[in-house]
Amino acid sequence: MSLSDEEILAKVQDTLVEALSVDDDEATPDATLVGDLGAESIDFLDIVFRLEKNFDIKIPRGELFPEDLTSADSGYVQDGQVTEDGIAALRQKMPHADVDKLAADPQVENIQNLFTVQMICNFVKAKLNS
Amino acid sequence: MRWIWIDKFLELESGSHARAVKNITLAEEHLHDHFPGFPVMPGSLMLEGMAQTGGILLGEKNNFEHIVVLAKVPKVVYHSWACPGDTLIYTAKLLSDNEKGGTVACEGHVGDRLVVEAEIVFFHLDANDPDVKGVDQKNFVFSMNLMSVMEVGKAGTGD
Repeated sequence: MSLSDEEILAKVQDTLVEALSVDDDEATPDATLVGDLGAESIDFLDIVFRLEKNFDIKIPRGELFPEDLTSADSGYVQDGQVTEDGIAALRQKMPHADVDKLAADPQVENIQNLFTVQMICNFVKAKLNS
Repeated sequence: MRWIWIDKFLELESGSHARAVKNITLAEEHLHDHFPGFPVMPGSLMLEGMAQTGGILLGEKNNFEHIVVLAKVPKVVYHSWACPGDTLIYTAKLLSDNEKGGTVACEGHVGDRLVVEAEIVFFHLDANDPDVKGVDQKNFVFSMNLMSVMEVGKAGTGD
């Protein structure tokens, strides 16, 4: 399937409108799923299922939304900050996310801001081209 | 009262769809309060019946290895109502599933009349997960109590 960036964005927005009951003008590319769109952990599974259906792709567990990013034994968090090892791990696990932005202010609570509408678009684009 | 909101399975095609029946009767206490003079099946209990139909459909696909818990109802629309004497037929279709959970699309009909439709998302929990131990199991979609609905009709039709 060959879709333009605009078409991917429009379908991702439709997906989020269905899953999160937000308006499509709220789901801007830089909107964060948790902070701006009010997503909860339960919604991430719903979003994965809808993306699989809407784009006809398979999303293995943890690929789009990695789990246990900040668990106590991960070694990636120290004093409320993501360590350099943690940033490196995130770059490897989430090539679709803007990790540079997190690296500039690596507070643990900023990790959830990696999950943006644009991040999902990047992920879907890579999946469709793979 | 037993928390069983379906009477019998009519059909269960593993990993695909299921149909269950719920007969509504004035013997159900809540119908005398909901509402006095106008007894109708509460929408929340129709949703529960659909969740039990869809939850067992999802659980069966994995041989009931996971505890299935209702996580989210992205959509529910009530089109009509169901009264004592009505037979509600719930259908559940498995839309998506993976090791973390699944989604079903459900409908409830009385005859040809669409009464309710919903989408329901379930999560899988594992009984040996330390976070799950001690959680009150009656909140889960299925327990051994609910599983007795799978046995209904198996003793024969009585013909």
